[in-house]
Amino acid sequence: MREITYLEAIREAMSQEMRQNEDIFILGEDIGVYGGAFGVTRGMIEEFGPERVRNTPISESAIAGAAVGAALTGMRPIIELQFSDFITIAMDQIVNQAAKLRYMNGGKGKVPLVLRTPSGSGTGAAAQHSQSLEAWLVHIPGLRVIQPSNAYDAKGLLKAAMDDDNPVIFYEHKLLYKTKGDVPEESYSIPIGKADVKRKGKDVTIVATAMMVHKALEAAEELAKEGIDVEVVDPRTLVPLDEETIIQSVKKTGRLIVAHEAVKRGGFGGEIVSVIAESEAFDYLDAPIKRLGGLPVPIPYNPHLEKATVPQVADIIEAVKETVHF
Amino acid sequence: MASTTQNVQFDAKKALETVSEQFQTFQILNEEGEVVNEAAMPNLSNEELQELMRRMVYTRILDQRSISLNRQGRLGFYAPTAGQEASQLASQFALEKEDFILPGYRDVPQMIWHGLPLHQAFLFSRGHYQGNQIPEGVNLVSPQIIIGAQYVQTAGVALGMKKNGSKSVAVTYTGDGGTSQGDFYEGINFAGAFKAPAIFIVQNNRFAISTPVEKQSAVQALAQKAVAAGIPGIQVDGMDPLAVYVAVRDARLCAINGEGPTLIETLTYRYGPHTMAGDDPTRYRTSELDNEWEKKDPLVRFRKFLEKKGLWSEEKENEVIESAKDDIKEAIKKADAAPKQKVTDLMSYMFEEMPQNLKEQYEIYQAKESK
Repeated sequence: MREITYLEAIREAMSQEMRQNEDIFILGEDIGVYGGAFGVTRGMIEEFGPERVRNTPISESAIAGAAVGAALTGMRPIIELQFSDFITIAMDQIVNQAAKLRYMNGGKGKVPLVLRTPSGSGTGAAAQHSQSLEAWLVHIPGLRVIQPSNAYDAKGLLKAAMDDDNPVIFYEHKLLYKTKGDVPEESYSIPIGKADVKRKGKDVTIVATAMMVHKALEAAEELAKEGIDVEVVDPRTLVPLDEETIIQSVKKTGRLIVAHEAVKRGGFGGEIVSVIAESEAFDYLDAPIKRLGGLPVPIPYNPHLEKATVPQVADIIEAVKETVHF
Repeated sequence: MASTTQNVQFDAKKALETVSEQFQTFQILNEEGEVVNEAAMPNLSNEELQELMRRMVYTRILDQRSISLNRQGRLGFYAPTAGQEASQLASQFALEKEDFILPGYRDVPQMIWHGLPLHQAFLFSRGHYQGNQIPEGVNLVSPQIIIGAQYVQTAGVALGMKKNGSKSVAVTYTGDGGTSQGDFYEGINFAGAFKAPAIFIVQNNRFAISTPVEKQSAVQALAQKAVAAGIPGIQVDGMDPLAVYVAVRDARLCAINGEGPTLIETLTYRYGPHTMAGDDPTRYRTSELDNEWEKKDPLVRFRKFLEKKGLWSEEKENEVIESAKDDIKEAIKKADAAPKQKVTDLMSYMFEEMPQNLKEQYEIYQAKESK
């Protein structure tokens, strides 16, 4: 199959859909001739013109609010929010408006918008451009939250997000943009709410998201050399969460490690652990569950310190060994 | 180092004064109902003038009845409207049915005259979801509660309408308080940048709950804020229905001709409290100020104007009052007949397609509700 990058997969998903559906347009900062902060929309304004690739003022609340308004008129806007940290400035329109309009209008209005935004550390972008704030959005009823970890998932899930009639928050990871993977040329959809077992194993389950999926897979390769067989589950969508796949995996392995880059305290890992604690899989546990997450500090600019604040492959290996040998 | 001596190369104060001087209040009818600006008189038929008066009288009665229904516990959230009839109803009167209104919470009257059935306005007040189920073909969203949030959405609605090729406009309302919000600036700037067909109305009723407009901003006229966004701004006498009508009519023409949005400030006053949830205006307003504004009353001056033309009478007015009371009675009955809300309703309206976890909860509540 053809290999393209995660970034190209996202662009391709949008372009293919925009060719089919005139109602879809993108709006965001520097997405025109500049091609977006990470180059995702490069070449798109040339194909679709400035009304469908709408380069906006630096105005996150207006971008989000205008998307809500446009969606109410039957359009299907895609927001590109330059860095996911800036969601703070768009939060009212997302949390108090987009997420609630359908509910508050008794099912009459709909807000089919997709908010795409890059999150995560590892690029030296420091404290205000490196966070992973997905747990904030997960907490809001009315939103769907997607976090793809590879090019194939990114394309298929973005297609599903664009087809969805609810507001969808689509987290992209900056470090994944340049990673390559097999991606079909034709359009395809991955159902929202289906986890993917990225590696089958029998000794321990690691539930990991975004960049941590890759670190977990790398750790699994190392651990296999020592005879430890790791299963890696990628939820892919945080809301709705495919609880069943996670429960079945833990019932099989009897051990669970959760790994994400977001700050551990109040992070989504706590939700996954709770799902297990409330399920029949709880009886199958042979060791305490471990959570790996970011330290509760702002992401440092210094590259060594930046790495030290989020879980690394060595941390995952160590956690697995402790769990397996408990 | 900053110089302590006068060495002014550019007189910024003078520039500000020059801008401020441009913002004079546009008026057609004075307090006595006399035409003071004949050239600006709109070309409205006698029937249209009477209809505008009918709507203002009707809405004044609706306000009085809503306040007593609230006190009786038969309505919930209510933001009184008396005093603002010209700003609210004459602005809506200048619109077409296809135009899209994004109201604030005090703007329920415009919604009613734009097509929202009265009983639904009452259901909205009661927090019943059916109140916000805007009928098909009525271009409205439910009233915005977050101050100023409708301004940025209006930019988007206007862009959507432009994209759909419709020759209509998006119109939004906020109060003087809303103009201090970031969303106010972002909305007018964004719409201006894209020449979106929008009208941004500020009903300056002089108080953001308790804070007087003088304490909210150093600006002399709120309409001046349009200058920063590079869009036209106009300040009108918001107690003068004809001036409000003309301002909105012209802004609408601008918008549909592709010339972009306009900001309209209407100088008005709310006689009542901010809402019926415990606000006491005597804590921040003097009775002298109340009296001063009651003299400007839109109904009083329009009545005088119409009576002189032989277009209005006490008898006509009483007919309107009686019909308003009858309608309100009927609408309350209809609102009372709405089905009680269930937990399963709330779940149904959350997502277009119900996710698995909600399906499970739905079944639990459905079982409880069927007992």
